[in-house]
Amino acid sequence: MRSSPESGSRARRGRIASYLFIAPAIAGCLIFTVYPLVFNFYLSAVKWDLLSGSRRFVGIANFARLLGSPAFLAVLSNTALYMAVVVLVSISAALLLAASLKESTKLNAFVQSAVFTPHIISLVSVSILWMWIMEPEYGLLNFLLGMLGLPPSRWLESPDSALASLMIVGVWKTVGYNALVLLAGIQSIPASVYEAARLDKAGKASTFFRVTLPLLSPSLFFLVIVNVASSFQVFDSVSVMTQGGPMDSTNLLVHWIYQTGFEYYRIGEAAAGSVFLFVIVALATFLNFRIVSGRIHYQ
Amino acid sequence: MSGILLQGIKKTFDKSKTIIDKLDLEIEDGSFTVLVGPSGCGKTTLLRMIAGLESVTAGRILIGGNDMTQTEPGDRGIAMVFQNYAIYPHMTVGENIEFGLRNAGVPRAERLRIIDQTLRSVGLEEYERTKPAKLSGGQRQRVALARAISKRPKVFLMDEPLSNLDAQLRDQMRTELIELHRKLGSTFVYVTHDQIEAMTMGERIVIMDKGVIRQAGTPREIYRDPSDAFVARFIGNPGMNILSLPSGESWGFRPHDARLRPPGVSLDRSLDLSVDGRIVTKEILGSEVLYCIETSAGKVMAKMQDDGFSFDDDVSLRLNRESVYFFDLDGMRIRDHSIRSSLLESLAVRNALIA
Repeated sequence: MRSSPESGSRARRGRIASYLFIAPAIAGCLIFTVYPLVFNFYLSAVKWDLLSGSRRFVGIANFARLLGSPAFLAVLSNTALYMAVVVLVSISAALLLAASLKESTKLNAFVQSAVFTPHIISLVSVSILWMWIMEPEYGLLNFLLGMLGLPPSRWLESPDSALASLMIVGVWKTVGYNALVLLAGIQSIPASVYEAARLDKAGKASTFFRVTLPLLSPSLFFLVIVNVASSFQVFDSVSVMTQGGPMDSTNLLVHWIYQTGFEYYRIGEAAAGSVFLFVIVALATFLNFRIVSGRIHYQ
Repeated sequence: MSGILLQGIKKTFDKSKTIIDKLDLEIEDGSFTVLVGPSGCGKTTLLRMIAGLESVTAGRILIGGNDMTQTEPGDRGIAMVFQNYAIYPHMTVGENIEFGLRNAGVPRAERLRIIDQTLRSVGLEEYERTKPAKLSGGQRQRVALARAISKRPKVFLMDEPLSNLDAQLRDQMRTELIELHRKLGSTFVYVTHDQIEAMTMGERIVIMDKGVIRQAGTPREIYRDPSDAFVARFIGNPGMNILSLPSGESWGFRPHDARLRPPGVSLDRSLDLSVDGRIVTKEILGSEVLYCIETSAGKVMAKMQDDGFSFDDDVSLRLNRESVYFFDLDGMRIRDHSIRSSLLESLAVRNALIA
């Protein structure tokens, strides 16, 4: 049966209307995401003199300079270390929290709200708060260490402990959100599966590693990807708490990009650093999917 | 020995809601016992207490003569098949069976042998490396069954295992479960809300209502000799017709025992009670017909092979005296012969027809 010309033109008008409806979102995406991304790739291949306004194409020179720079490599190393520790500790702690909060009690409900609170507070506020807590002379942490008979730490003021201090803040900020996602995952596991495990004489450890963890794999997979990406892009806490110091010990990649581009006006190198960030996060996500996704169990 | 003895079982939830109180029940070794009753009667809770998945507020549970009240589920020598199968979705069929064996310390070679043998017994030998998501409902149920069988338990507990299957598959699995019971000789405790399933599968049926055992007996005993009006109504397809008497007692009869005649036809010698009515619905069930008849005493059901009546026909419903049951004010069955006779006479007089 042939369609009439009227129905064809109606279908065409419908399609045009559809495109018009999504046009604002696409425009926003193009202007605020695609264009800056493409422009950044372009900037990474130029030397841009901000005083004279001239841009000179230099190819991969910016990249080569960065790869040959011990300072940049140290930044990459700091960032990788920060990411690894924060992701591992945050997700592990979140898993323990979620496992202990899965019963529906008033106390658990309160604790769930309490651990989620850091997630909703701005990182700038959190950073200022922790600067006070980690203040070597009057801060709460050293006070508690003293009560336990342990020696105080310089925390943010020492190159040996500053990065670890930032990691503590990073874990504290993310553990609540991670715990809630994992808690939702645990609560979606049918109770009858655990009952079957009890009938199968599975102990607590066996149940956790052979039943809970595999069934939590989609949630864990999601959290690893999200946490890795966000850890690589941490900026607020570095900018507020340490400005990359002391002695560049806490200079992480996004902060370095900001400094290089907006304080030292080396736009090309900053853009090249951004490309490195893009590639690293994309590679990490790709590897996650390639290596891990085959072991994810979706119910 | 795998008989189960429940002594004074009490179950209270939230410290205030008692759903089972002082329940005593003996389940014979090697029997196929069905716990049946309406939703919320406590049958699943009772089964879960036998399994150890629910704590017992008071009382004792003995399995094979041993007090298992405080014993962990995995140490009771039981296996359970759940309504939703409860197979591990992330493990293959083989791994599902192996998990319990491994936890029990069975050596690897023995585990592999048991897995192979068990899968053959349920017809799933080709699916050992398949994940449950790729299996049909019936196949998943067999995996659950295989997991239970592999443990060689003394007692099989089944919580409405067929309720998620379609009708045809349910019939097939019912037969297989009966055959499995005969083959293994273990004690089976089966929970269902479907009284047809109960009647066809159970050697012994325990009917529960509101946490209380209303009657326990063979299917024939339950059907032919119900202890009260609840059992009489619950068992049967459809259940017994129960009508009130002016004195407060009630009387009833099985739909199968009723015969329909056109009005005005004289009484048969063998059918000496009569109730007049009008057919309001007619359902053809294949070889039988189910009529709903509106009478002065209320609506009643009659089931017979006679297809000769139609909607809105006036009919005379005929009954044999022996097929009439009487229940007292509390719904309990009246067995006293003299009381029964006098109620029967008053019933016949009321209907103005006496043989």
